Amino acid sequence: MAEQDWGTNKRAFAAVSLPTLFWVVAFFLVPMAIVWLYSFGENRGLTDIDISGTLDNYKRATEWLYVTIFAKSFAVAALVTLICLIVGFPVAMAITFASEKWRPWLLLGIMLPFWTNLLIRTYALMMLLGTQGFANKGLGLLWGGASWVKTLVGLEPLPTWEPVELLFNNFAVVFGLVYVHLPFMVLPLYAALDRLDRSLIEASLDLGAGHFRTIMRIVVPLAAPGIVAGVMITLIPALGAYLTPDLMGGTDSQMIANVIERQFKKANDWPFGAALSFLLIYAMFILIALQSLRRKVPEVR
Amino acid sequence: MALFARAARAPLEYSRTLWMRLWVGAVMVFLYAPLAVLMIFSFNDSKRNVVWRGFTTKYYEKALSNDQLVEALVNSLAIAALATLASLVIGTLAAIMLWRFRFPLKGIVDGTVSLPIIVPEICLGVAFLMFFAAVDWPTDLIWPFNLGAITIAHITFCFPFVTMVVRSRLASFNREQEEAAKDLGASEWQVFRDVLIPHIKPALVAGALLAFTLSLDDFVITYFTSGPDTITFPVKVYSMVRFSVTPEVNAASTLLIILTVVLTFIALKLQGVKAIADTH
Amino acid sequence: MTNAPKPIIQIRNVSKRFGKVTAVDDVNLDILTGEFFVLLGPSGCGKTTLLRMIAGFELPTEGQILIDGQDMAGIAPNKRPVNMVFQSYAVFPHMSVADNVGYGLKIAGVKGGEAKDRVAEALELVKLGGYEARMPDQMSGGQRQRVALARSLVMRPKVLLLDEPLSALDAKLRAQMQFELSDLQDQVGITFVTVTHDQDEALSMASRIAVINKGDVAQLATPSDLYEYPANRFVADFVGSVNIFEGKLTLDEPDRAAVDCPGLGKVYLNHGVTGPHGADVWVALRPEKIYLHVPGEGKAVRAAALDAPEDHNFARGCIKGMSYLGDITLYEILLDSGAMLRVSRPNLSRHDQEDFTWDDRVSMHWRADSPVVLLG
Repeated sequence: MAEQDWGTNKRAFAAVSLPTLFWVVAFFLVPMAIVWLYSFGENRGLTDIDISGTLDNYKRATEWLYVTIFAKSFAVAALVTLICLIVGFPVAMAITFASEKWRPWLLLGIMLPFWTNLLIRTYALMMLLGTQGFANKGLGLLWGGASWVKTLVGLEPLPTWEPVELLFNNFAVVFGLVYVHLPFMVLPLYAALDRLDRSLIEASLDLGAGHFRTIMRIVVPLAAPGIVAGVMITLIPALGAYLTPDLMGGTDSQMIANVIERQFKKANDWPFGAALSFLLIYAMFILIALQSLRRKVPEVR
Repeated sequence: MALFARAARAPLEYSRTLWMRLWVGAVMVFLYAPLAVLMIFSFNDSKRNVVWRGFTTKYYEKALSNDQLVEALVNSLAIAALATLASLVIGTLAAIMLWRFRFPLKGIVDGTVSLPIIVPEICLGVAFLMFFAAVDWPTDLIWPFNLGAITIAHITFCFPFVTMVVRSRLASFNREQEEAAKDLGASEWQVFRDVLIPHIKPALVAGALLAFTLSLDDFVITYFTSGPDTITFPVKVYSMVRFSVTPEVNAASTLLIILTVVLTFIALKLQGVKAIADTH
Repeated sequence: MTNAPKPIIQIRNVSKRFGKVTAVDDVNLDILTGEFFVLLGPSGCGKTTLLRMIAGFELPTEGQILIDGQDMAGIAPNKRPVNMVFQSYAVFPHMSVADNVGYGLKIAGVKGGEAKDRVAEALELVKLGGYEARMPDQMSGGQRQRVALARSLVMRPKVLLLDEPLSALDAKLRAQMQFELSDLQDQVGITFVTVTHDQDEALSMASRIAVINKGDVAQLATPSDLYEYPANRFVADFVGSVNIFEGKLTLDEPDRAAVDCPGLGKVYLNHGVTGPHGADVWVALRPEKIYLHVPGEGKAVRAAALDAPEDHNFARGCIKGMSYLGDITLYEILLDSGAMLRVSRPNLSRHDQEDFTWDDRVSMHWRADSPVVLLG
């Protein structure tokens, strides 16, 4: 489809482009530029910041403490993405091959949490996972059952059930992030699988391959763009997650976003916070660049 | 039982296999059980959340008579409505600009417009905090002008989603329709109003739903942008969750969940599940 | 021959319902070893469903399918001794031609050298020797189809199933592939079962054709029998072009019959039709089997074809439409009875199409072995 050169219809172009460009420049690029500039600044007094061009903030970010937090954030985000992929892929398959009657409802079932308030979902999960929550009660019942079975076969019963702390630790953060991000993974996977020509799967079965081999050799390679999209859509917000580690994590489960927040709300070190922010943004850029590198590999239609 | 019977099944009916059903069922339980528990316990007659002590609606009364909470909810809805409206306009214009025209630096403009989707929320929040501090944005305006800063921030991160949704819909627009309209004497504006807008209507509904829920959902950016006296629903709930977990939070959350569900169903009624799903 | 060829596929009382819709309705068919069998029918008639049930992608709601004597119930597609060429070809886009063709062999555990030889041999068979390293997106539709063919043939199936194999090709290529598929089938000796909605394709390739209508077999016959002796109005109308007139059977003896059609006049046949006297029947008459004359000239021609009694197999009318198709010219003729008749006339010389034109009065006749009497 031919695009129109902007010069041939300047009035229409101005009508559609000026509001957009104004907004993007005034309320996105300028604020980002301020952060960038401040990241080269230093605190002078309580509210006074001098943009002196210093690299100290970035130097400080390479201290061991911050490097480990960055690494940990990556590890948590990668783990969350992997779990979402493993859990979400069969769900996407099920939706793709569900009957016409069921498919919209399954999709809706995945999308509705996606539209529900993140804070409410996190809070709901916290209620369930608390020491007095249902998850602990369920585990307690299992424990009791196991104890009873042991007495049944003539062994010592287990010690009485002590509620485990499911919240305020790294497990809770990963669990919470998976809970929040699962729909992000399922939807692009579904979109990719739905586009797949079913006769390709049938052809593979017809040629003697089993279902597992067909999925690994035909479905996964052909759905690769959707898988990559799902991974990116999950990985990027998980990496920058603030709320889940803040509410569900313990003292040792802070992620990079929590450190950034602390610079602004508590430590009052804006320049350092700005530098950390930009490092996080650069990390996103690197991820996206890696993805587009992958695209350069000759891709099949 | 029918569910467990090993009924004959055609090869591609994956969703009819038992383990697939169990898997999907488990995921649905995982997604919905916490929300269901939250909603059920909003009717629990107990200060502590975990033991069922009988049915009550007193926490709804309490939540609705909590002026701060109600004010926060009204603020959130007002911001969401304003941000949705503005995002629809800006997002649609941006989509048309990128779809229709060839212009210098297009690649950069294209990338920049979608950048707010990629930039982490925390970084956007920080940016708006610094921006509004740098321009000395007044914080003591009367309602609703005190919501201006938050609304501006919300528009910035909502409109790229509208652009994305509208643009994918525009890709399926047949240019010959536009040519046919012009051939029949329509002006540029009439083409826009009578041909293009009807074509992208499903995307506008989906985009509006997306923008509204994203705005209503946002905590992090608002947390950084809001002044000392403006409070939104997520910010209020956050402080309540942090400091005192009461069934009031459950009641308020239940109201918001119901609002989300109602909005979703309105959007579905307007466009159907398929159209909404396609835009993701 | 003392022993008749064995059926390789037996379809026994097979029905398939999707919810309330019956796609295949109690079909019985035997497909013989070495046949080029075609399932022909309009879209949505259930022919593809039938083929997919043979392949194992759909399960019959009722009935039984046997391949080489073995009941296929509960046998997955990957365990059936049949292979399929899909309408979209379903060539794996992320694999080279050699990997596509070798896919099934690899799964079957055929090793290195032998697999390579068999892939090369299969590609040679479909005239794609030397294309091993190509990727599917570098090939034309026709070439992709050959890859799909080779991919199935390399498995040496007992039956090769082809779903609308030529529908995505352009007209020239389609005509060429019709011949090639027939040749290929001769060469490999595998039973072919093809689904198509294109009658030309079916007539040119098939050894036998089953015409499917609304989930049921309307007629099972060789191509020429199907065309010349259609069993019912549906087949007569669907296969080729035809004029159909309602009439009453007035004479029915072993060696002759006559039908009185209000639209066409008196029709005489030189064979019996075994229908009850006075029954309502239909007469089918193909456009190319009608001779067209300038009135008056008719007598002379009729003298050469005096195989019908006076006033039978004869009509008069006026040309209301004509279309020149190069090899033939098609005429729409308004008969004096008020009915329309389609007549085609070969253009044997360069100026034949100029013989008649709009509004010319013409007379027509046909031979006594040309009309077909249909009871249903």
